[in-house]
Amino acid sequence: MDPIHQFQIQNLLTFGHIGGQEIAFTNSALFMLIAIAVIAALTIGATSSRALVPGRMQSVAEMSYEFVADTLRSSAGSEGMKFFPLVFSLFMFIVTVNVIGIIPYTFTVTSHIIITVSLALVVFLTVVVYGLYKHGLHFFKLFVPSGIPIYILPLVTFIEVLSFLSRPVSHSVRLFANMLAGHITLKVFGGFVVMLGGLGFLGSLGAILPLGMTVALTALELLVAFLQAYVFAILTCIYINDAIHPGH
Amino acid sequence: MADKKQADDARDRKGRDQPSAEEAALSARLRDLGKRLGRHHSDGPSDSEPGQRPTTDASAMARGFRLSTELVAGVLVGAGIGWLIDRWAGTTPLGMIVFLLLGFAAGVLNVMRTAGVVPTNTLDPPDKRQ
Repeated sequence: MDPIHQFQIQNLLTFGHIGGQEIAFTNSALFMLIAIAVIAALTIGATSSRALVPGRMQSVAEMSYEFVADTLRSSAGSEGMKFFPLVFSLFMFIVTVNVIGIIPYTFTVTSHIIITVSLALVVFLTVVVYGLYKHGLHFFKLFVPSGIPIYILPLVTFIEVLSFLSRPVSHSVRLFANMLAGHITLKVFGGFVVMLGGLGFLGSLGAILPLGMTVALTALELLVAFLQAYVFAILTCIYINDAIHPGH
Repeated sequence: MADKKQADDARDRKGRDQPSAEEAALSARLRDLGKRLGRHHSDGPSDSEPGQRPTTDASAMARGFRLSTELVAGVLVGAGIGWLIDRWAGTTPLGMIVFLLLGFAAGVLNVMRTAGVVPTNTLDPPDKRQ
C-alpha cells in the first residue's frame, strides 16, 4: 500500500564493491536494458524487411524517425541534423522507458532524478562543448544581449547566465517530477480501490469511483509519458540550436 | 534554410533534364507558390528563424508543461548559487537574498522566452537577422 515502494532500487546482482560503494545490477538497470531491447527490436528488427510498403512495425519505426527528424529540423534547422542520433536516442529511450513504466509491476526508470539529471547533463554539456568548439569564446556572447544600455548590462548578463544554468535543472526536474507524481497518484487511487473493496458491499460500490479515476489516470499517464519525452526532445533541439546557430 | 532550398533546387534541376517550355513554366509557378506559402507558414520546417521563435511548433500542451517548471528552475538555481556563496564567503543572509532575486528574474525570463514574449538571444547581431 506504500505508494513510494514502487520506486525502490533493488539489487538483482552484486558485482562487488568499489570504494565502499556497492556496484550492482539493479532493477533500474534491468528495465533500461529491456527498453533498449525494445527499441532495438523496433528499429533494427522491424525495418529489416525493408519493405517499400511498410508493415505495421516498420511504419512505427519510420514514423518515430520522421517525427524526431521533423522536430529537430524545425527548431535547429538542417544543420542540426548532425545531432539527430543524440536526439533520437534520447527521445526513444525516454518514451520507451516511460511507457514500460505504466505497465503494472514494472519499474519507471525516469522516476529517479539521477537518471534525468544525467540525460539533461549530456545535452547541456553537448551544447556547451559544441558551442565552444564551433564559435570559440564568441559563444559567450550568447549571454550578452545587444542593444542594452551599458549601466544595466552586467545585471542582464548575470540573469542570462542564471537562466542558462537553470536549463539542465528544469530539463531534468520536469521529466522526473511528472513521472514520479503521476505514478504516486496512480498508486494512491489504486490503494483506495483495495481499501474500499475490503469494506463489504457498500465499500465495493464506493470503490467504483477511484477505479474509474485509476482508469482515467492511466490514460493520462500514457499521454504524459509520450508528452514528456517529446518535451525533452524538443528542448534538446532548442538548446542545440543555440549551440550551432545557422547564420540567419 | 539555404541547404534545403539548394537540395530542392538540385532535385528540380535533375528532374528537368530535358525541359520543355511548359514544364519550365509549371515549375516556375510551383516555386512561386512555394515562396508564397513559405511566407504564410513561417513556422514551417527550417523556414522559421530558429533563434527567434523556437517553440512555435511545439504543441500547446508541451509548452504548458515547460512553463510550469521554468520559473521554479530559475529560482532553484539562484537559491543554490546564493547558498553556496554564503557557505564559502560567510555572508550568510546576503548572498541568498541577492541570488534568490536574480534567480527569480532568470525564472521569469525563462517563462517569457517559453511563452515567446521575449526573443531568444542569438549569437548574430540583430541587424544580420532577417
